[in-house]
Amino acid sequence: MGRTTVGRTAEQTAEQAVTYRQALHDTLRAEMLRDEDVLLLGEEIGVFEGSYKITAGLLDEFGPRRVRDTPICEEGFVGAAIGAAMLGLRPVVEIMTINFSLLAIDQIVNHAAKMRAMFGGQVSVPMVIRTPGGGGQQLAATHSQNLEVFYAHVPGLKVVAPSTPADAKGLLASAVRDDDPVLFLENLALYNTKGVVPGGDHIVRIGTAAVAKEGSDLTLVAYSRAAVIAHDVARRLEDEGVSAEVIDLRSLRPLDRATVCASARKTGRAIVLEDDWLSYGIGAEIAATIAEGAFDYLDAPVRRVAAAEVPLPYAKPLELAALPDAAALTRVIREVLEATRFVPRRVPSSQG
Amino acid sequence: MTADAPRGVDAPPDLVQLLTPEGERVDHPDYDIELTAEEVRSLYRDLVLVRRVDLEAVALQRQGELGLWASLLGQEAAQIGSGRALTTADMAFPTYREHGVAWCRDVDPVKLLGMFRGVNHGGWDPAEHNFHLYTIVIGSQTLHAVGYAMGVQRDGADAATIVYFGDGASAQGDVNEAFIWASVFNAPVVFFCQNNQWAISQPMERQTKIPLYQRASGFGFPGVRVDGNDVFACLAVTRQALRNAREGQGPTLIEAYTYRMGAHTTSDDPTRYRLADELEAWKLKDPIERVKAYLFKNQFADQEFFDKVDAEADALGKDVRARCLAMPDPKPGAMFQHVYTEPHALLDEEREQYLTYLAGFEAGGER
Repeated sequence: MGRTTVGRTAEQTAEQAVTYRQALHDTLRAEMLRDEDVLLLGEEIGVFEGSYKITAGLLDEFGPRRVRDTPICEEGFVGAAIGAAMLGLRPVVEIMTINFSLLAIDQIVNHAAKMRAMFGGQVSVPMVIRTPGGGGQQLAATHSQNLEVFYAHVPGLKVVAPSTPADAKGLLASAVRDDDPVLFLENLALYNTKGVVPGGDHIVRIGTAAVAKEGSDLTLVAYSRAAVIAHDVARRLEDEGVSAEVIDLRSLRPLDRATVCASARKTGRAIVLEDDWLSYGIGAEIAATIAEGAFDYLDAPVRRVAAAEVPLPYAKPLELAALPDAAALTRVIREVLEATRFVPRRVPSSQG
Repeated sequence: MTADAPRGVDAPPDLVQLLTPEGERVDHPDYDIELTAEEVRSLYRDLVLVRRVDLEAVALQRQGELGLWASLLGQEAAQIGSGRALTTADMAFPTYREHGVAWCRDVDPVKLLGMFRGVNHGGWDPAEHNFHLYTIVIGSQTLHAVGYAMGVQRDGADAATIVYFGDGASAQGDVNEAFIWASVFNAPVVFFCQNNQWAISQPMERQTKIPLYQRASGFGFPGVRVDGNDVFACLAVTRQALRNAREGQGPTLIEAYTYRMGAHTTSDDPTRYRLADELEAWKLKDPIERVKAYLFKNQFADQEFFDKVDAEADALGKDVRARCLAMPDPKPGAMFQHVYTEPHALLDEEREQYLTYLAGFEAGGER
């Protein structure tokens, strides 16, 4: 294995295709160059350059004053980051995976999220917690979870979950500049995915969903890795004469209910694809949102495709079986289309 | 530590040692041990065999037969010494690296591999061996061990509990809370910290400013630092701490000062953050070589004995490999097992759907 998989780059001014990992790295670096108050804290982020190499080269470039390796104490370094943020610094904490955030959840939920309200608006906590979630890497049950709903449930926090390198850049820049605490959810399965990233200062406003693909027959709602799958499935459905619209939530809190409902009203069919567990998951919130905001327009009940309700198995075939995938989503799409007597439009033959 | 010496190579202060790296038996004012030649040969055999199993497991991982492996290389004496100090009734709570302790608890090494191969979730019965299943999350098991020890205390049983963790885990809140509980309730528990100098890429001085064993005094119980590469000293110190626990004298923190000669896990590459000199210096303190030297010097063993142990180790390695490869894959429905003790409606529904879906392939369906 090479020393790093993320190279240091000159500031990107033109649009170019980079990996999700590189986009995160470059944005972190750009924000550190832009604002001296931005500093990084986390386990293995300095000398080791991060478990997933997002912080590669940053210790060398910015020094230990701004890139700090911490002992293995999540509650400790999240709490310390809150203190630094209250002072006016802009700490970006890396929690090695979202699973370890459970050790810091009191500091996140009871302190970072509530301080502004409980102290009468006299302090704010401008911090970012970057953390990858997701399964599929054979990391077993305690290291493969999708716990974003824990945080998306909590007033005072913002939770974003980009699925593309461009959104990774735009949302991370927004998160660092935000005066409230932001949980920035990455995904282990996306780090090596590539996409075109706008050059210069690219900002995605937190709280806005993206219409990743327009369509008229049904709406697929997803975020993070699931949004990539939904997009692929939607593209394939075009060949079968089905026009699916893909809503990439990007932001789980605040949630862009207007965009979700507008799409459901337009298509009359909605399916959520989510990597978390079905019960009380993000999909439940989306289904309720659509029921409240687009019920009269629906031709079928909102469906959810989620992970099996088991601790994620370590065995590769079982892990794959437990996670929602394109095949599972396609099956449910067909069920919904059949139930609503959908007639595919004629597709021009590629042979001409 | 002198300025030029590689990290952790100079003997640290207050180190309990009974066998030097050169294989010389030395005295210590507080600890002693009397071992017959037969007992020393038996310890030597254990050390060699667990190193061999570990080597085979690393090779299996490299060949794609295990998903991951956490090597114990260099920590054999800490594990065999402390493991051999346990009575049958004592209970041990391991991390994911205690393959040597597992050996002492008569756990078939192949059973350790099942979890790392992904074919089962813990292949042994913890009650049968008084050896808990591996805990992956750092430091959590220290609290479980304290709770278990308090149960033993409540039952008035003549048993102690030992819990393993590393220098990195010493920074976790769980470990510090376990210290408080054990201290306040005088729990019969021994905290056995293998200080292998590195928490992945972070050296010991990034985990603690004072020697780890001295932390105990702040919590109100004794701490002792033992040469973790000295199987005699590890055995003597652990035996005493367990005896104290059984006799109602409460917890002890043992810091076994050792060295992780391999990677943190097979996912790690230590050459990226530590110097080769350091490893070379620690090789001179190898936990196995010093016992071999002691056996030779005292004519407690001859070449025939060493050859025999090596042959046994190779046979064990082969056997472990063969039986690892032969372990059956889990059945597709297995992931729905054990989520609850009783049937659960949603799980039953999901299992039914999944098995029906799979059956569709056998009927010639298309995914």
